Amino acid sequence: MSTEYQTLANDGLWENNPALVQLLGLCPLLAVTGTVTNALGLGIATMLVLVGSNITVSLVRNWVPNEIRIPVFVIVIATFVTLVELTMNAFTYGLFMALGIFIPLIVTNCAIIGRAEAYASKNNWYNSAFDGLMMGLGFTLVLVALGALREILGQGTLFAGAELLLGEWARDLKIQLFSFDYPLLLAILPPGAFLGMGFLIAGKNWIDGRRKAKLAKAPIEKAQRARVTTVN
Amino acid sequence: MLKSMRKNGLILGGFAVVATALVVTTQVLTADRIAEQQRNELMRTLNELIPPALHDNDLYRDCALIQAPEALGLAEQPVYRSRLASEPNALAIRTTAPDGYSGAIHLLVAVNLQGQIKGVRVLQHRETPGLGDKIEVQRDDWILSFNGERVRTENDARWRVRRDGGMFDQFTGATITPRAVIAAVQRTAWYAQNNMDSLFAAPANCIGEPLANDPLGREEQPYEY
Repeated sequence: MSTEYQTLANDGLWENNPALVQLLGLCPLLAVTGTVTNALGLGIATMLVLVGSNITVSLVRNWVPNEIRIPVFVIVIATFVTLVELTMNAFTYGLFMALGIFIPLIVTNCAIIGRAEAYASKNNWYNSAFDGLMMGLGFTLVLVALGALREILGQGTLFAGAELLLGEWARDLKIQLFSFDYPLLLAILPPGAFLGMGFLIAGKNWIDGRRKAKLAKAPIEKAQRARVTTVN
Repeated sequence: MLKSMRKNGLILGGFAVVATALVVTTQVLTADRIAEQQRNELMRTLNELIPPALHDNDLYRDCALIQAPEALGLAEQPVYRSRLASEPNALAIRTTAPDGYSGAIHLLVAVNLQGQIKGVRVLQHRETPGLGDKIEVQRDDWILSFNGERVRTENDARWRVRRDGGMFDQFTGATITPRAVIAAVQRTAWYAQNNMDSLFAAPANCIGEPLANDPLGREEQPYEY
């Protein structure tokens, strides 16, 4: 059973990462990653929806005939998004205003219906919940990485506006790394999101490539060298 | 065939009913809290411009919708009246600069009885991040340079950016945005000075409406000149 969880975690966070590998949910991903705070807010919202919809889809999977499963999944996902939206509107108003249109757009994030169809509709509810959590986490990590990249290059800060998400105490979280008269506009504007995303994917592929090369080389290396200092 | 259609229809209908019930319940449970959040946001902005010490009335309740599209940019704009012991002392007027670099800029302008600017805040805009967004008080002190200023004549030449011979700074790389904001504040202040009595006398008819536009980003159409 633990290997199942390991596989799920590995898939969600790395091998089959919804943003870097499946390239799903790019619309909100590219649009809200101007700052770490926005990225984290949308990431958490997406994760909540993913876990909720995965559990529900898994629980009802035996009662839903195959022909109408897609509309049922859509109803389930849309309901969870609306619930999250109303809750954010009520309790994290500032962030709700900042994320604006992108919360309802979680409905159109194909990563969510993709997981419902590919995993939750075939597996029990706790595995599905874990799958949703890991996929959501993988998505959030990419969002935050891209948000940090763009915020540092574009504004020279990190965690600006964190109080919108976490409450007043978080105002002190803001780190001013450096300031400049001419911010790197490209990083903040949409092209910066595409470029940043491209670099992240390239980085992942490069790491994968090195891993693979090392695996392929490993037996030969062992034979040639007396001592191997492992990198990793 | 017919039987399976009926069965599927019933299942779908069942899901729709449960989903709707969940959404309605949540909406009912959060409605008060959401309204309160919007009211707090409105009061926070109003109190920033007109400190609580200067008024003893509920600013957000003493609100009138004013139709002055030439001065305020939209067909109708709310005006909040500040009074101390029933004596009027200041106004907070929502106004719109239709000619920002990327569309309309919505502002809140507070003026006292003499027409002196008490403060200006940007409510909503779509200016270029990193350049035009310096009009936000969180990003730059520029918007505070209006404080204490007064429009002396209808075409007061001091109310321009420095590049045009006026008294306000422009931003490096962005002149259109400050130009639009300065012109809108000037129009609004001039209008307020000349209509002070009727603005205070107008009946309160827009109690507690949210100050910013629809959070979903559907833009209001700026008034066509």
